[in-house]
Amino acid sequence: MTIDDVQRILHGTYVCGEDQKDREIHSACGSDMMSDVLAFVKDQAVLLTGLCNPQVIRTAEMIDIYCIVFIRGKKPTGEMIEMAKERDIALLCTDHRMFNACGMLYDNGLRGGKPY
Amino acid sequence: MSNSLRIQYLISDEDFTRAGEASGDVKAKLKMMGVNPEVIRKVSIAMYEGEINMVIHANGGVIDVIITEKDITMILKDKGPGIKDLDLAMQAGYSTASENVRALGFGAGMGLPNMKKYSDEMNIETEIGVGTTVTMKVFF
Repeated sequence: MTIDDVQRILHGTYVCGEDQKDREIHSACGSDMMSDVLAFVKDQAVLLTGLCNPQVIRTAEMIDIYCIVFIRGKKPTGEMIEMAKERDIALLCTDHRMFNACGMLYDNGLRGGKPY
Repeated sequence: MSNSLRIQYLISDEDFTRAGEASGDVKAKLKMMGVNPEVIRKVSIAMYEGEINMVIHANGGVIDVIITEKDITMILKDKGPGIKDLDLAMQAGYSTASENVRALGFGAGMGLPNMKKYSDEMNIETEIGVGTTVTMKVFF
């Protein structure tokens, strides 16, 4: 699945990083707790989150996540968008809730990794 | 130790949005040096969690990063309140973080366990009312 597939499946809109749309996504993680993301996520994952602060971008930076989807209509701030652009991270927004957004990606073949 | 590089970062607790800048800088430097991506990943996560801890629990501090031919050592020193029960703090899911910190996406009780998981060696010296020094090592 590519970033563009994620955008299409979640009826999302690009905030930035549309030029990254062909990059491959191998797994997904849905969480509002960044330490959980740091503990469990392997690379080439998409992060779905309802958390909206600069540490989301930093967390993604540390583990080489290059696509973040903000759920429930959350909108990243200008500072976050600038940070994401500097790091080549695509930001998407969707109005779907976490459970549904994760389910829609799962339904289309994306998985979240092995049990811990 | 002749070919070692030492970098020092002052970590401020005044602006939470800047927490992680030092870890991001180390990550960029290691990338430029052509270090193995798995090593970079381990160092980045371990140091970032430590940096966040310093900001949310200890009013900031100092991080020294020492890169040699064999390994990378991170020494995180703060003058915070110290860790009351280290065994408990090492348990995944245990946290003393406030609701404010949780609202920012941290305080899930995974900070120290993550630091241990992603470093090859970790040592913690802590004293109540004096501060905490965490030393982490990742081998190449």
